[in-house]
Amino acid sequence: MSARDDILARVRGATADVTTSPGERRPAPVPDAPAERAATLSLFAETVADYRAQVVRVGPDAVADAVAGALREHGCTTAVVPSGLDPAWVRAVAAAAEVLAETEVTSDAALDAVDAVVTAAALGVATTGTVVLDHGPDQGRRALTLVPDTHVCVVRSRQVVHDVPEAVARLRPQPGRARPLTWVSGPSATSDIELERVEGVHGPRTLVVVLVDDETEAGR
Amino acid sequence: MTTTPGPVQDTSAVFVGMPSFPVAARSALENTQQRRALRQATHTIRDKRASVVAEVPEWEALRVAGAAAKDEALAHLGDYLEQLETTLVANGATVHWARDAAEANRIVLDIVRAKGVDEVVKVKSMATQEIELNEALEAAGVNAWETDLAELIVQLGHDRPSHILVPAIHRGRGEIRDIFRREMAAVGRPAPEDLTDDPAGLAEAARLHLREKFLRAKVAVSGANFAVADTGTLVVVESEGNGRMCLTLPETLVSVVGIEKVLPSWDDLAPMLQLLPRSSTGERMNPYTSMWSGVHDGDGPSEVHVVLLDNGRTHVLADRLGRQALRCIRCSACLNVCPVYERTGGHAYGSVYPGPIGAVLNPQLRGTTSDVDKSLPYASSLCGACFDVCPVRIDIPELLVELRGRVVDQEGRTAESTAMAAAAWVLSDPKRLARAQRAATAAGRLLGDRTVRAVPGLGAWSDARDVPTPPTETFRQWWARERGEEPR
Repeated sequence: MSARDDILARVRGATADVTTSPGERRPAPVPDAPAERAATLSLFAETVADYRAQVVRVGPDAVADAVAGALREHGCTTAVVPSGLDPAWVRAVAAAAEVLAETEVTSDAALDAVDAVVTAAALGVATTGTVVLDHGPDQGRRALTLVPDTHVCVVRSRQVVHDVPEAVARLRPQPGRARPLTWVSGPSATSDIELERVEGVHGPRTLVVVLVDDETEAGR
Repeated sequence: MTTTPGPVQDTSAVFVGMPSFPVAARSALENTQQRRALRQATHTIRDKRASVVAEVPEWEALRVAGAAAKDEALAHLGDYLEQLETTLVANGATVHWARDAAEANRIVLDIVRAKGVDEVVKVKSMATQEIELNEALEAAGVNAWETDLAELIVQLGHDRPSHILVPAIHRGRGEIRDIFRREMAAVGRPAPEDLTDDPAGLAEAARLHLREKFLRAKVAVSGANFAVADTGTLVVVESEGNGRMCLTLPETLVSVVGIEKVLPSWDDLAPMLQLLPRSSTGERMNPYTSMWSGVHDGDGPSEVHVVLLDNGRTHVLADRLGRQALRCIRCSACLNVCPVYERTGGHAYGSVYPGPIGAVLNPQLRGTTSDVDKSLPYASSLCGACFDVCPVRIDIPELLVELRGRVVDQEGRTAESTAMAAAAWVLSDPKRLARAQRAATAAGRLLGDRTVRAVPGLGAWSDARDVPTPPTETFRQWWARERGEEPR
């Protein structure tokens, strides 16, 4: 008998007492706390900042300045950008640093020599201060937001959801078109030495979240 | 219908011949420096957990939802495993099945050999620790580099993990500096000359040491926190980014996943991703969570393997009461609140799963034949704190009592069971009781205020307890004296 058949036979033998059918359970109801939109956005800014990530809240006109400012502040002279990044943001990056296209930096070693990466995001989660990347064209492949030491991530306010269940519901992978997902909550961190928190181990040690208030009454 | 248990797990080479828990714990109890560190660490995490859990008014409902999701997965595990296999394969992954540790290790080694490499980078994984994959790879000439900071400290120190979440919890910063200085050079980039015991500097040394390995490695090995059946997605939660490095940069990724890690539906991630970080590190969310659904073209590994591991799990699954232990999501909240773990640390549990969950999981996975597995159900004061914090509501105290019963039944007649039988005989008849009490008070008058430290034949009881000196008068004798009534 193959290991597969053997294990499945063991599993069926071990659960022979079960009389229900799969999927019969109704998902356990978890009460939902309704939240004001403005409160959700403030909460998001607060929880992200709580992880000692830097949060910059700007209007749609000030994104470029915020991105360039963040790169300058952290002394980044080279920055890689994903191929689908908003051209206005790419111009902003160019004002502060040498721009490298995702396609120019093909090896991980080359990526290791780049100071920063500037991307968009797929989603923000307010209760947890999380930015979710689905590595679409404006975010780039996973290595892009991992190897450089500074990550400037632009999140549009309409992308911010209130809590984890809302985020999970929006991110369900589509069959045959699943994307990898990376949930980022603050910079890389460890508490492995006497439980003293140290920001920055392997992932980007500096995370700047630019939150763009682009929401209009009808915009959502 | 009755269930048929699968085979138990073989006790791995590292833990064969472990003494019983009280014997193994003795040296840890004498190590006052370690006890201070453990107390400090467990109290810090438990306080952090309590404060972030208090932020969530629906916490109890989330626990119920988390337990329900795991129960659904376990009750219909055969169906969900088949579904997981189908979705993983559709996503371009290769699925392997391993009955036990040896089979799993062989599968991983075959993949590594097929790639023609002599090293792998590893994400911290309880499953690969359980099967002792590193030892198996090293025996075959393949270096397995642990990349989690704490696991690196343990590996470089030729040591064993003592906590699920913080494996080097028993090491102080000075010891860590010494280990880095002494050991790093032999296996890669040496520690900086001016390395101090500052945690930030130690983390920086680890970053530099490991970066060359991340950039060079062709094969990575991970576990998974969750495997979602309906979408074919694996999930790894972590903090440092070493997980992302391993899951993203190498060309080949092998994930060893216990069959109980299956979640029926993507939607089940909603409670789980709230329960796990708050219970584990006491954070609203851990820094990084990676989710991948097989192979993603142009992004990350081009070859993705998943090894589904039994290794005793189907033995646990057959037990209607005991199977709830398979809900465990390895958060380690039960370790941090346990008064026993806080004092003994993790090594005495004789397994990679220490603490209260280890005390119920190990005797079920391995059976109750060895000294250590027989003793583990007693490594508890039954205070119940572990159940209160368990995010998936595993009733650990109930399981401990059940397992104690089994150990007693299997041991047959002992001094203790003989004493208990005698006590039952005495207590069931008032005349016998009165006679026994007269004997006891006579002994009490003889002993005075001396303490009885040991009773021959009752070693297990009187090792850890003083026997109270019998009173010179019992309540019934006092009643008779005061009221002038003869005791019946």
